[in-house]
Amino acid sequence: MSNDLDSTTPPLEKVLVIGSGPIVIGQAAEFDYAGTQACKALREEGISVVLINSNPATIMTDTDIADHVYIEPLTVEVIERIIARERPQGVLPTLGGQTGLNLAVALSDAGVLDRYNVRLLGTPLETIRKAEDREFFRNFLHDIGEPEPPNRTVNSMEEAREYCDLMGLPLVARPAYTLGGTGGGIANTREKFEEIVSNGLALSPISQVLLERSLVGWKEIEYEVIRDGDDNCITVCNMENLDPMGAHTGDSIVVAPSQTLTDKEYQMLRTASLKIIRGLGIEGGCNIQMALRPHPRVAEALQAQWEPDSDYYIIEVNPRVSRSSALASKATGYPIARVSAKIAVGKRLHEIPNAVTGKTGAAFEPALDYCVVKIPRWPFDKFPNGDRQVTTQMKATGEVMAIDRSFEAALQKATRSLEIGNRTLLWEGAAAEGQKSGRDSEGLLEPNDLRLWAMMSALRRNTSADELLGKTYVDPWFISAMQRIVSMERRLLGETLTPDLLYRAKRLGFSDVQVGTLADMLPEQVRDLRHRWDLRPVYKMVDTCAAEFEAVTPYYYSTYEQENEAPPLPGRKAIVIGSGPIRIGQGIEFDYCSVHAAWALSAAGVSSVMINSNPETVSTDFDTSDRLYFEPLDEEAVRDIIDNETVDDDPPPSVVQFGGQTAINLSQSLANAGLPILGSSADAIDVASDRQRFEEFLSRLGIPQPPGASVASVSEALQVAQNIGYPVVVRPSYVLGGRAMEIVQNASELVRYLTVATEVTPERLVLVDHYMEGKECEVDAICDGEQVLIPGIMEHIERAGVHSGDSMAIYPGLNLTEQEVDTLVDYATRIGLAMGVRGLMNIQFVIQGGSAYRSPHSPTDDSETTVYIIEVNPRGSRTIPFISKVTSVPVASLATRVMLGETLADMGYSGGLWPRQKLAAIKAPVFSMSKLVGVDSYLGPEMKSTGEVMGIDRDFPGALSKALMAASLSLKRGDGVLLSIADQHKAEALPLIRELLEADCKLYATEGTAAMIQATGMPATMVTKLLTESYPNVVDVINDGTVAAVVNTLSGDTSVMRDGYYIRRAAVDRRIPCFTSLDTARAAVEALLMQRGSYNIEQIDSYLKPIEG
Amino acid sequence: MATSDSESSVPAYLVLEDGSIHRGESMGARVEGHGEVVFNTSMTGYQEVLTDPSYAGQLVTLTYPLVGNYGINPQDFESAKIRVAGFIVREHCDAPSHGRSDRTLDEYLKAQGIPGICGVDTRAITRRLRERGVMMGLITTGSPEAAAAQLAEMPRYDDQDLVRTVTAGDRYRWSAEGPLPAGLGVIDGDEPQHRILVTDVGLKYNILRLLQQRGCEVIAVPAETSAEDMLAMNPSGILLSPGPGDPQLLDYVVGNVRQILGRVPVMGICLGHQLTARALGGSTYKLPFGHRGGNHPVQDLATGRVYITAQNHGFAVDPDTLPPGLEVSHINLNDQTVEGTRHRDMPLFTIQYHSEASPGPRDNEYIFDEFLDMVKDFSH
Repeated sequence: MSNDLDSTTPPLEKVLVIGSGPIVIGQAAEFDYAGTQACKALREEGISVVLINSNPATIMTDTDIADHVYIEPLTVEVIERIIARERPQGVLPTLGGQTGLNLAVALSDAGVLDRYNVRLLGTPLETIRKAEDREFFRNFLHDIGEPEPPNRTVNSMEEAREYCDLMGLPLVARPAYTLGGTGGGIANTREKFEEIVSNGLALSPISQVLLERSLVGWKEIEYEVIRDGDDNCITVCNMENLDPMGAHTGDSIVVAPSQTLTDKEYQMLRTASLKIIRGLGIEGGCNIQMALRPHPRVAEALQAQWEPDSDYYIIEVNPRVSRSSALASKATGYPIARVSAKIAVGKRLHEIPNAVTGKTGAAFEPALDYCVVKIPRWPFDKFPNGDRQVTTQMKATGEVMAIDRSFEAALQKATRSLEIGNRTLLWEGAAAEGQKSGRDSEGLLEPNDLRLWAMMSALRRNTSADELLGKTYVDPWFISAMQRIVSMERRLLGETLTPDLLYRAKRLGFSDVQVGTLADMLPEQVRDLRHRWDLRPVYKMVDTCAAEFEAVTPYYYSTYEQENEAPPLPGRKAIVIGSGPIRIGQGIEFDYCSVHAAWALSAAGVSSVMINSNPETVSTDFDTSDRLYFEPLDEEAVRDIIDNETVDDDPPPSVVQFGGQTAINLSQSLANAGLPILGSSADAIDVASDRQRFEEFLSRLGIPQPPGASVASVSEALQVAQNIGYPVVVRPSYVLGGRAMEIVQNASELVRYLTVATEVTPERLVLVDHYMEGKECEVDAICDGEQVLIPGIMEHIERAGVHSGDSMAIYPGLNLTEQEVDTLVDYATRIGLAMGVRGLMNIQFVIQGGSAYRSPHSPTDDSETTVYIIEVNPRGSRTIPFISKVTSVPVASLATRVMLGETLADMGYSGGLWPRQKLAAIKAPVFSMSKLVGVDSYLGPEMKSTGEVMGIDRDFPGALSKALMAASLSLKRGDGVLLSIADQHKAEALPLIRELLEADCKLYATEGTAAMIQATGMPATMVTKLLTESYPNVVDVINDGTVAAVVNTLSGDTSVMRDGYYIRRAAVDRRIPCFTSLDTARAAVEALLMQRGSYNIEQIDSYLKPIEG
Repeated sequence: MATSDSESSVPAYLVLEDGSIHRGESMGARVEGHGEVVFNTSMTGYQEVLTDPSYAGQLVTLTYPLVGNYGINPQDFESAKIRVAGFIVREHCDAPSHGRSDRTLDEYLKAQGIPGICGVDTRAITRRLRERGVMMGLITTGSPEAAAAQLAEMPRYDDQDLVRTVTAGDRYRWSAEGPLPAGLGVIDGDEPQHRILVTDVGLKYNILRLLQQRGCEVIAVPAETSAEDMLAMNPSGILLSPGPGDPQLLDYVVGNVRQILGRVPVMGICLGHQLTARALGGSTYKLPFGHRGGNHPVQDLATGRVYITAQNHGFAVDPDTLPPGLEVSHINLNDQTVEGTRHRDMPLFTIQYHSEASPGPRDNEYIFDEFLDMVKDFSH
């Protein structure tokens, strides 16, 4: 793509930026960060920005980030309508992840770009195709003379064997032209090789298999490269994966800059990277992944008889801004997305200022004077049954980054940042944890989420470096560093703590908790000792230039060195405690809140000091807050920062309401240390989280909650459950966010839960509550001590029992009676005032009585209903971005100002329910189940979704269709649908079945369900559940495309759950909707019936017209 | 594990001219090291830096904190020995990891009698140099107070002719295997296209390697070699090498340079660039803290293109003093200083940065092709 504008090319005045949609594994908050930067960068150039994204939990979809914001489904049809209306001259897809690139290709293929004369900016279409298409890519590498992994195309077993003899194993086999690459795999043994290749040859319609030499065990190195329209190129950063080739880079521990490369190797790969970006003609950022010849001892361990014909091979190119570029940006301070956006509209590198130094330009290469370590955050604490093996399919939901002056310290800080319990590198539980998923200590040394700890354990047990290297292929340099950590552990265990020893331990990144554990002291004692010995961290700046130039950007990390570069900020200030890595249950929504809190503080003249450990986010962008500390969110790090910001013994207060459970969990320790908290007191927070106190609190107010108690033993639990009646909801009291929460139907299930799924002791109480299968609602509210403002009520489509984060939520509650609404508002108001909330709270309700599923068009049910409180969280929740966007109430910002002492009245707001908007909006969850092998996708009290989308329209049918479309849950008329309904839901399922038939759907059902349908005189084809017996079985009809959706409800009995697992898994793998709640299924079929084939496409602010009067 | 955080450490001090004392631990040889303290921002390439003759008389600190990770190997030397007067790092690695490594950084320094200090806050030192300019310093394992007094008595960097300490004693030829004794018979298989003389005022081997790889017969000559002697060797081109120190002290080289300009195609690199400017009447000045690293953006004024360059210089050419005919061709985009000149009439161009890289980005090797193009044009 050339920027040479001839006379017929219209100048760029308006550009469409495509966002990446919902957060899924592999495509997370980094694209909100990138997109937000890009929008700001384009507007600085005087360009009007049109933005589309279906994800409301993003800063980029705030109306002040772009000129025209559309929160609409990311489909070609929708984007075409936006293009037709907005008539942009260019479209910038490179900041919206693979979603953005795929849409660009689809828009071009559909002729949309030509039709409206829209230029594709950043990456040429041909390049997008090249990088994705293996064949194209190999030809490209060949043309520019860069090495690809050795490979050969074979058409017979004989040819295959010949190549195998030549290259040795392992070999990767890829059959030609099979759907989604089926039939491929990696062959480690001769037997496996025979099997995969013969299978592949049979599956390939042209009997062709590509055999490629596997580079497992080679060093994996990445370069982030930028090129402008004048062919000027720079590399921003290189990164070395601690986990060698074989593990997806998103699932690898990554270090920046590279540590084990000589300058010759560094420059060789850098030169290759520049050649590639030039060859691809990219204007903007690009990520290049390469495999480099491993250390000879690793090569020996790999036992390869093959002699490589190159020292390195090109593995992959991402012709766009990526997760790695977000990491590189945060690791170096160089804003890749910002620079890429400017280049895409014609700027040259040297014409773009370096916003960090304020003095130099963007045409330079950052110099780091620290070491950066990234560790992925995997969801296996939530999914202990999932396959923990790390392979080429990414499984991590998020990541943490830590910076320090030594690798050891950065590694230890990153580990602390993961927030998996209090799991430091000292954690010795990997073996026990691994055993649960059937992995022995050997198996734990293969790539998996526990490997880091397993390696440390092995070293502690005197496994030699060579032995460890032989099992992990990790470069000896990293293993040496781990050995240094272990040696220090031994010294701390054996020696008397001296100032010198403690200083050395801190320089290796040992936390006070770790030192305390080893030296037999309380963390607080270690802290006191540190202060007595004057051992405090200093803070150094991330300045892109290794101190060569003065920098203006206040971006810091802690280290134990001589000079502190961060004197306390002058004036009034507050600490915003961020939310750490993205994980299921604590997603980008909390980062959204943290960012707004920082902005609101700055706007109120209070300097905002952000602490966070997540490199993917907007909150850790260099210009979001007045000062950024890139640090773990644990007590030690936060208190050290507060100490550093303290002037005249007056510590700045902390904002803990926006950083999810991470920040809330810190509130007690901060309060215990006598540190001030803005907004609701630690005591108010405690009332909401302590079951006993909360129960007393509600009964004092006369507000009902489902009966229940916390129990300390199995017998006590059985007693309580019997008193309150089954089913009961059980969950450990020490974890929040629905982790390990289950609905239990009977006593034997309860015993199983208390013995197998969790443990119950007097220290670890379990909460047992009566399960109420009613309609669930929630509100977010702002309380200033005088009034409570409720921006809106969200009604869940799925009844209670499905985690609120996995439920579809409707705004405004369309099916609630006025009386119910009044009750919700009354309860929220009284709770907020009585609890002493200052700032935000979120309340979950269940409404019992009447029908649990209320269709928007079925007649109103007049039964008596009762509203119960399920829980109160005195903090910002994951619905804040959604409710802010659909009501235009700036919730996080108002709450921040309330915490600073303003009242709602001061700000022009009053208490009660904010006027309901004349619109309907639906938040729908999005899952990443296809990436998590072994995880069951049914909806339950444990949250499983990774992201969300929003459907908004002037009426409910439009909003529902769009929400389902954006969440890929739409049904089409005439679709085949497979039904497998649990006995207790069969009667209730009849209306749904009737409606499916009304929509011309063809029904397939498992035995019992089919019998039930046929008994009512409706047609259904019976499909067997027995996978081995006859054809077609349930999995066949899914895999061969006979059905386009599955409805499968669970009885709660675990054996039946296993049966249905194959159905659900097949649906997930086939990426078709799988409804495990009848409520979601009914919504989907109603959307189909209601659809008049039309929905509106509007800017978000045009939907927002407050009701008059 | 013996690292900078090891138990058996010996305290060492870096004492600076401004009175600051930086406590660390000794590495390398336990002798005193004295020189001008400068910083380099490259993240890789410490072996090349240590052996770069342009660092003669200097105590070099690397801003990247982890040094020695891949050890020292037999291939990546840029001259015959360590040239820095002392080495200052945050942490050095005593368990290096690389297939080519045959010793540790510490062993290498010890073997060559060069002192080092580790465990110091190199970023604090860098900030000090940035704010106050480069200054003299002393690495010692003795009393820091005594060292501070001693420092005032020691010769200053700016007063020393360091070229004499690094230049080759005799001329030598460069082969694919490295330096060979002189003797002008052609020994390589193919008939070389051009004979290029490289005036060694502190050259880096990579200049010779790159010329040799381009099919040239490459001969390095001592700095004092007279113009007549150089011309008598009938060179197709002469390359004036980089080197250490203040070009004002090098009139004995400048005189010879003046006599060859216009008679043979000449390319100057770094000190060679400064000597050329001086030979034609221009002047040079000292930069506050120099340019040392591998990330400096340089713009070619003729094309507008920007190149990332390797740099190592403390002095620069004053553009206002350039004689008629010699034009500024390249500038540094960070501080707008002169990065290259080109003569309007003579076959002559110079660059302040290091097209030979090593360490640093290889983006500028094309400059050698341009030199050889000039050589070809001239011979026709």
